[in-house]
Amino acid sequence: MNHLDRLEAEAIAIMREVAACFRNPVLLYSIGKDSSVVLHLARKAFYPASLPFPVLHVDTGWKFRDMIRHRDEVAARYGLDLRVHTNEQAARANITPFTVTSAVYNQAMKTEALKQALARWGFDAAIGGARRDEEKSRAKERVFSHRTAQGRWDPRLQRPEFWHAWNVHLGPGETMRVFPLSDWTERDVWDYVWREEVPLVPLYFAKERPVVRRQGTWIMVDDDRFPLEPGERPELRRVRFRSIGCYPYTGAFESDAATLADIIVEMRAARTSERQGRLIDHDVPGSMERKKQEGYF
Amino acid sequence: MTTAPDAPALDKPSAAAERVARLVAAEAAKGQLRFLTCGSVDDGKSTLLGRLLYDAGLIYEDQLATLLNESRGRVPDGELDFSLLLDGLLAEREQGITIDVAWRYVATDKRKFIIADCPGHEQYTRNMATGASRSDAALLLVDARKGPTVQTRRHLFILALMGVRHVAVAVNKMDLVGYEKATFDRIAAEIAAVAERLGFAELRAVPVSALKGDNVARASAAMPWYDGPPLLTWLEELEPGARDTAGPFRLPVQWVCRAGQDFRGFAGLIVRGRVAVGDRVLVARSGLAAHVARIVTADRDLEAAEAGASVILVLDRELDVARGDVLCAEPLPAVADQIQAHLLWTGSAPLVAGRRYLMRLGTDELPVSIMTLKHAIDVETGAKTAVRSLATNGLAVVTLATDRPIAFDPYAENRDTGGFVLIDRMTHETVAAGMIDFPLRRATAISWQHFDATPSARAAAMGQTPVILWFTGLSGAGKSTIANIVDRKLLQAGRHSFVLDGDNVRHGLNKDLGFTEADRVENIRRVAEVARLMADAGLIVLVCLISPFARERALAREIAGPHPFFEVFVDAPLAVAESRDPKGLYAKARAGALRNFTGIDAPYEAPVAPDLHLRSDQEPPEALANAVLARLGLRL
Repeated sequence: MNHLDRLEAEAIAIMREVAACFRNPVLLYSIGKDSSVVLHLARKAFYPASLPFPVLHVDTGWKFRDMIRHRDEVAARYGLDLRVHTNEQAARANITPFTVTSAVYNQAMKTEALKQALARWGFDAAIGGARRDEEKSRAKERVFSHRTAQGRWDPRLQRPEFWHAWNVHLGPGETMRVFPLSDWTERDVWDYVWREEVPLVPLYFAKERPVVRRQGTWIMVDDDRFPLEPGERPELRRVRFRSIGCYPYTGAFESDAATLADIIVEMRAARTSERQGRLIDHDVPGSMERKKQEGYF
Repeated sequence: MTTAPDAPALDKPSAAAERVARLVAAEAAKGQLRFLTCGSVDDGKSTLLGRLLYDAGLIYEDQLATLLNESRGRVPDGELDFSLLLDGLLAEREQGITIDVAWRYVATDKRKFIIADCPGHEQYTRNMATGASRSDAALLLVDARKGPTVQTRRHLFILALMGVRHVAVAVNKMDLVGYEKATFDRIAAEIAAVAERLGFAELRAVPVSALKGDNVARASAAMPWYDGPPLLTWLEELEPGARDTAGPFRLPVQWVCRAGQDFRGFAGLIVRGRVAVGDRVLVARSGLAAHVARIVTADRDLEAAEAGASVILVLDRELDVARGDVLCAEPLPAVADQIQAHLLWTGSAPLVAGRRYLMRLGTDELPVSIMTLKHAIDVETGAKTAVRSLATNGLAVVTLATDRPIAFDPYAENRDTGGFVLIDRMTHETVAAGMIDFPLRRATAISWQHFDATPSARAAAMGQTPVILWFTGLSGAGKSTIANIVDRKLLQAGRHSFVLDGDNVRHGLNKDLGFTEADRVENIRRVAEVARLMADAGLIVLVCLISPFARERALAREIAGPHPFFEVFVDAPLAVAESRDPKGLYAKARAGALRNFTGIDAPYEAPVAPDLHLRSDQEPPEALANAVLARLGLRL
């Protein structure tokens, strides 16, 4: 078996484990390429049966419009049991990328919103697309990552994982985060997208888009909520995104890679890491680790 | 699928697409090797790995900029502190030690590597074992100035224990010993001597300077006397062997797939061997056999599949198969309910013989008891010592009894069907990794003596339902007083009952036991077993034992088996119990003449949800005894 076959087989085994061991699992779908691969793997894992759990999107209200369109289309095409949750209370309190710091925004609209969603439907395990190669603190993440009843991740309480003998037990109120792509790299993900023809949101492909310059990167003006500087007008540039999230925080870069083949060629020559385009990880040293301890996915 | 009107097509026929198809195919065709790195705290392990990533051209520009920035003040200006690439968590960066396994991914032109970067600090040995459990090879760091240390011996031992077959010892910091051949040769000989009895398939020493890059990804110009491969070349070329795909077929069933009326398949990861349509497979535990009708994957049905594949097997006839079963081919796994195993203790609380845990073996999970702690093994010297307990990172040989038969292979033959973890039933902590040595007795050889006079027949003859009443509480709380009243009333009503009193039992059955935690556990286990036999004999059994630990009370409940079990909490505040002090024990404990006395210098874990909660400081014993009888549905 080659490398991709092995990664796929392991991921499928992890997903089946979740279905067999948890009372009420859910697949976290963030619409990005990693989530799309996880969803694809999940559909393969249970074939010929259908997906035995729902799919959850934590919507901040600031996702690219293309993402929402893609989400709804995928859900309809595959007949997914899609659940969408937004932290409405925070949204009403006007917590937006433009009114509070990214730390406050992230805590309210992602971390807190996810906890609310897990509680709202009583999910005990949430499958996500995080990879260990994404960021230093994620390099230590378990495949089955235990969260306290408060939703916190404590690096000192993580259980050692031996062989495939996963410890899936939870105490009252505790939850599990499960990462089937733990051993995948960004390159593996793209190779797999190519091999399996996994449908992706168009934002990954280069196209002329209206952008403005912010903190050394291009930010797409996706709707009229974006506060422009006096006299500023978005310019059209041929850009694409390497990873996607909330549009005001997601940096684009100039590229001509308009097809999957172009992207893979471009990736081979890439000299910067994937999360570089994200503004939220750069706040303070160890910022991802701090977010994780609070319960960020 | 198109996702939006303007979504780009996959456009596979283009020239770029053909090139990508070739690129991806080449990438995907690469083999995969899992290895770990280990060594003592200052041997330069993180630096070595950082150097490996850097020399292999795998560090991105933004990572390099961050690294340069963070290196300032730690190393001479303009140099890079490669260890910063790897030491991820704030806690360990602040302490300067690596506290947890960090997973790294490196692809070269030849191979894809999954690397477990394992901590060297002594207290985190368990993490090294984690990384080793699935690794084919290991890089072990030794400081050329120090030679092999106690840690080196420990690490070699753990590698051998966990079944890692290929080991390269990187003798690092050669630049600090003048790149001397004599120093290297001496260290290499010492290591060979240590490893001699450990049975590695391959063990080689490589002289390295991680800081300068000698013999990491490139051959060293400073050490022309070394004619072996640099580390990276060794990793790219070593043959892990076909021990997974050769050997007998094993598939632990993860999940039973049902789709529609007719489809029933058994899903799992093949951990050993291969299977083809038409092959005869057996259910290890029951010995029932069937033939493989289909091997289903989402892509297509396969003719055959081998170790590493996640598949669904459809059999040609109905068999009783569930999650936890092992589908297999001959030679068959052992099936037994008593085994000997090596245990590496990872729990924060020590192992106590007699205690029960959950065992997770393959996809099977069931309660087990640690029967005996045969001996501990010193991982530095290999010496065996007699122990009664085992602390974190301790290694021991134990015998285990499982609640029902398990199917397994010895760990030396198959890591996935011979390796298990133990899970604490209350905290759910993973408290041990276990490697099965052999079965102690075959399950087929076990048969209970079956008598025609069954427990239910006896109970019917006595006109009562046997019950176990377990009175727990502090010394002096009133357990025996209340139990004796209940016993007397039962006797007067013509019932058959008996009181097992903790103090009395210690004069006979348990007179060999003291008051350490281990002895208390054994004391309770024996009493619970006796109570069970008495209940089997049809009696209403009243047990009076302080039984301070929740998990032992849970154990007693389990041992009770089918008999109704009532946990009766006789609750009096410590001050009240101490003021009664019927046997003068509190006075002795306070004076220091009595050690490990519950409530004074040993804890009492009050029941959270007892079946009956008796406040003996608020009501007289007679009333409480009536409450017990009422709970049993008896009004006497």
